[in-house]
Amino acid sequence: MLSLWYSQRARSWAMQIALLGGLVLFVWWLAGNTHENLTERGIRTGFDYLWRPARFPISESIVRYDASDSFFWAYVVGLANTLWLSFLSILFATLLGLVVGLSRRSAHPLLSRFAGTYVTVLRNVPLIVQLLFWYAIATSLFPVPREALNPLPGVFLSIRGVYAPALTLGPGASMLLIVAAFLFVVALAAGFKLSAGKRLPAKAASVGLFVCLWVAVVVWLSGRLGHPIGLEAPALKGLNFRGGMVLSPEFAAIITGLTIYTSAFIGEIIRGGIDAVEKGQWEGARALGLSEHHIMFRIILPQALRIIVPPMTSQYLSTVKNTTLAVAVGYPELGLVVNTVINQTGQAIESILIMLAVFLSISLSVSAFMNWYNARVALVVR
Amino acid sequence: MTDITFKTAADAPRKPPRAKRKPLLKLLFGDLLSAFLTVLAVLIILGLIPAFNWAVLDAHWVGGPAACQGGGACWSFIGAKARLILFGLYPPQAQWRATIVIVLIVAMVLVSLSPKLWNARLSLVWAAAIAAMLVLMGGGVLGLDDVPTSKWGGLPVTLLLAVLSLGLAFPLAVLLALGRRGKLPVARAISIFVIELVRGLPLVGLLFVAAILLPLLLPPEWTVDKLGRTLAALTIFAAAYLAEVIRGGLQGLDDGQIEAAEALGIPYWKMIWHIVLPQAIQNVIPPLTNTAIVMIKNTSLVLIVGVFDMLSAARSASTDPAWPAPSTEAYLFVAAIYFIICFSISIYSRHLERGVAARTHG
Repeated sequence: MLSLWYSQRARSWAMQIALLGGLVLFVWWLAGNTHENLTERGIRTGFDYLWRPARFPISESIVRYDASDSFFWAYVVGLANTLWLSFLSILFATLLGLVVGLSRRSAHPLLSRFAGTYVTVLRNVPLIVQLLFWYAIATSLFPVPREALNPLPGVFLSIRGVYAPALTLGPGASMLLIVAAFLFVVALAAGFKLSAGKRLPAKAASVGLFVCLWVAVVVWLSGRLGHPIGLEAPALKGLNFRGGMVLSPEFAAIITGLTIYTSAFIGEIIRGGIDAVEKGQWEGARALGLSEHHIMFRIILPQALRIIVPPMTSQYLSTVKNTTLAVAVGYPELGLVVNTVINQTGQAIESILIMLAVFLSISLSVSAFMNWYNARVALVVR
Repeated sequence: MTDITFKTAADAPRKPPRAKRKPLLKLLFGDLLSAFLTVLAVLIILGLIPAFNWAVLDAHWVGGPAACQGGGACWSFIGAKARLILFGLYPPQAQWRATIVIVLIVAMVLVSLSPKLWNARLSLVWAAAIAAMLVLMGGGVLGLDDVPTSKWGGLPVTLLLAVLSLGLAFPLAVLLALGRRGKLPVARAISIFVIELVRGLPLVGLLFVAAILLPLLLPPEWTVDKLGRTLAALTIFAAAYLAEVIRGGLQGLDDGQIEAAEALGIPYWKMIWHIVLPQAIQNVIPPLTNTAIVMIKNTSLVLIVGVFDMLSAARSASTDPAWPAPSTEAYLFVAAIYFIICFSISIYSRHLERGVAARTHG
């Protein structure tokens, strides 16, 4: 009997059984409580409520929704808003973050200090404070439509939201777009081909010439087709703007806040990745007489990418999760819809399970992608 | 086995030659690209002038709501509402208690800065200090007036949530990390499940879960107030993230350490406490401080479930109709406080990192 006590195997088995038993008892206790609470409060359970009409408004959405749609559709609308918001803020934040990261690394004293301050300030203030700050600016400091700020031609900032010109596509627009995109690639390729091996000014001049040529051809083509692609500028009529594209103050605040906050983190990731590439790589490449541009894009960036991509994906993932903060300013993403549904139906457990399932499947698919990517680019050591 | 080596002048690490500093003018306008960047930077700075005008030149520093008409920031609002933002709805006659709590937390953090003092006694002192803070905030004993948690607010709530959630999460995180790294399959499965579930959810979702589900899961006669439920959500969230950081430290530990301890017959928990954890945690101090900063920033999210922290106090202060829409100023004030706290931690973390680097490479 004593030998059983000293046997490592027996002890580890006993401990695991105790652990599992304790867990089962705990879950059973929680389930019992929940059952008692639910019957006491007369809350129905089950997922049939999903097909009942939701009867609450959603202030804005990128898919069609009205209050007679089902709860299920309300979730879909919330998820669509979440994904749309995530997509836009990830896209903008990556572009801005690239600029910030490269600026911080640059030898230019003004620019690197400026980027450094930007990163320090934005990383040390909670995102929700920043969101509320932008929302406060959008809803209190911006003027009424009659005196709207006009920072760019056609763009108006007012207390009712941000108005920008909208694209209008007429007949023949898609053909024009396809031809223009094709010609753009051709023009760029021709420009680079002609100036291959030349110094930067000659290269810029040659590429610039071809881009000008491309613009001229596209304008001429557009004229021949009767200007199928146009911009409809918002115009002040009465008390508000008409026409154009409008971003609600909520959406404008969220997208600005998320983009700026995330760009500071992405900037640091990109800077860290480039810094992590050994100095010898730069020196070796310089000694071989490669151009700076060539070193950056052919030697440094491919190696930096291996370091950058893992933290970048987790940053993207946290951006998706951060969109739930939109609740604070009332943009109807998934979190807000779930909260509203709980208030309307009392079916908290089901709603939260749905939210859990959505975010877990996003997380798991991102980490699956990450594992695949890591396996693909992993350094092969022989 | 010790290697005895003699260092000679020739072996001394040679510093690389210092790069020549370029003259400033050349840096700014040396070639086309730098000239372009200089112009760009100047343009950005020019673009910030209206903001500067608003915040400083056109701002109103003294006077009541009437003085704040016209453009410009209304900083006198902050002066008038500082009490509300910092202490929330806490009864003014008991405000000294909340002030002592803030001072106590700051003092305890300052005392704990030196790694030399990190031992079991310090955690006992912390536990005593936190008990004293809770008594001071809540009252009801020692002749102090009873202040229900619904009246707590402002900076003390923010600080208490941050300190308590991190403090409670840490032991939990150590258990989760050990479970995930350990040999017992059941413990490993439970740890992985908990960590991945919590990390997969946004904190807002977790706060909803705590606010709505917790009362359903517990027996009807147990009532956990809103602050307690929020604290539970923050704690489990922090625990999952801290666990992953600590797991990194455990993975970085040489297997030989554990094997040697086992060979010497040291019992498991003694080995963990005296050999594994001290080394593992020292290796992950930079990411631990990062997680601490993230958690301090996360306390601001409790606004969403209606806990009256500093941010919600600022938000409700700025809805006073007597003042002309001063919410921007209120948020800037809150942002400044968060910035000071988080930035100091990051400076401290850099200082600690240098200390670790000096010990390991010295």
